[in-house]
Amino acid sequence: MITAGIDCGAKNTKTIIMKDGEIIGKGQVLTGIDQKKAVEDCLAKAVEFAGILRDDIERICATGSGKKAVEMADDAIDDIKAMSKGANFFFPNARTVADVGAEEARAAKIDQKGNPVDFAINEKCAAGAGVFIEAMARALDVTIEEMGPLCLQSDKKIPMNAQCAIFAESEVVGLIHAKTDKKDISKAIHDSMASRTVSMIRRIGINRDVVMIGGLGYNPGFIAAMLRELKIEKIYVPDAPEFGAAVGAAVVAAENT
Amino acid sequence: MAQEKKREFWRWPETNWKNTNINWQDAQFITVGIDVGSISSQAVIMADGRIFAYGNMRTGYDSPNSARDALKFALEATDLPEERMDYCIGTGYGRVNVPMADRALTEIACLARGANFIYGPEVRTVLDVGGQDIKAIQCDESGKVTNFLMNDKCAAGTGRGMEVFADLLGLSINEVGDKSFAYQGEEPEAVSNICVVYAKSEATNLMRNGRPPEAVLAAYCKAMAERIYALVERVEVKPEFAVTGGVAKNRGVMDRLMPMIGLERMKTDWDTQIVGAVGAALIGYALCQKGKGRKK
Repeated sequence: MITAGIDCGAKNTKTIIMKDGEIIGKGQVLTGIDQKKAVEDCLAKAVEFAGILRDDIERICATGSGKKAVEMADDAIDDIKAMSKGANFFFPNARTVADVGAEEARAAKIDQKGNPVDFAINEKCAAGAGVFIEAMARALDVTIEEMGPLCLQSDKKIPMNAQCAIFAESEVVGLIHAKTDKKDISKAIHDSMASRTVSMIRRIGINRDVVMIGGLGYNPGFIAAMLRELKIEKIYVPDAPEFGAAVGAAVVAAENT
Repeated sequence: MAQEKKREFWRWPETNWKNTNINWQDAQFITVGIDVGSISSQAVIMADGRIFAYGNMRTGYDSPNSARDALKFALEATDLPEERMDYCIGTGYGRVNVPMADRALTEIACLARGANFIYGPEVRTVLDVGGQDIKAIQCDESGKVTNFLMNDKCAAGTGRGMEVFADLLGLSINEVGDKSFAYQGEEPEAVSNICVVYAKSEATNLMRNGRPPEAVLAAYCKAMAERIYALVERVEVKPEFAVTGGVAKNRGVMDRLMPMIGLERMKTDWDTQIVGAVGAALIGYALCQKGKGRKK
């Protein structure tokens, strides 16, 4: 049986195609202004990747802030359910899932079937999302990809006072003026963001295994900071973590068939 | 090779001023208030409770130096030697880092006292919109704080947020208020009033869709007004109502905010950024009068 999960997000649209519990295709496009077109293009990309025909897909499930734009969908689920099911697919022992993306962060407590029991969301403040690190990378004049590895080189602990991304930028400039090493500033930035993400996760409780999906899963500096802050030894991150919600949607489509 | 300096649109003019009608030699007490804020620092010199001179400048990356610079800047306008100072109070975000201060006081107390002096004893509600904070303060006829609320840890609605927008749009911070009324067509909806970072990405989208900078400014001024109103609404607004801080100079925000509150704001010819430092200098003067000044 072949199903598809389409996650139409604020920035990117992601599609996963699954056959009998295995991922056989994926596609990602920028959402842009025309969501419907992004969804069509993204699905076409994933279908091509999987080497199947569009009509081979039995059921489609949509999620993400633009899920209403997925007109061909048979089901639609919210982000929390999608991320929970996605985490459960990769790591059946997952009990706490964090999804940290560019502009939003979410955390869910899930049961052994991957159903969410409780959740917390931050969609109001950039300080707890990927754009925070992006803005700080600009202030430090390094690329976003360099930020994580840079932070791993530091063993210093510099507290950041500012919570807000705008104020933190001024603080980073202040640290640069005080001739603080870039790697130490990068660590301070990651520590500060991890502490905010963890305080969100704490609202629903921290239960092992802890799984992280979303684009920040690519940032080794952030994962290391999260481990320190959570005081645990391991955070499970799937390959291509930004597809976590799309995977969850494809799983739900299969369950509903 | 000479490097071209990036134009800094957020940069506002630094000013110092001296009251030529006052001769400091006649004064019994010279008191100073230094307000080291997140963005601007002011030093106000008072001669027996009258404003003699002040300096208003950008805060640097080092609070003690910013305090010294602001005082130096105020003194530059006069022939007063620094040693003549009888008492000095530090206030603002960097108040614990004012090296020459005899004591430090919160900006809440100083703003209420300063507004009472600048605007008059009828002031009951003071709204301060500065670089990093928004504060709504209630006070009595003597300038004592009876209640206050402030924002926390977020740039939305603050002067720093407006600086970010001035830079984004490439317009001087001094003209953004007027420019926000220059757009003739239908104004876009307010951008996010929750987070400056999100507001910036919404503004970028508006520009991509062909909206001129004036329209984007209108949308941001509206968002700022909404954000400030959300805080003001939580305290009981009693007239008279006065606004202090740098954003009080921005008509784009103020003219959109006041109809929401439903009151007129009091008028002044003084620089609205010096109010906290004025309050600090006045409290210092009151201490000197009571004989609680510096032990010599």
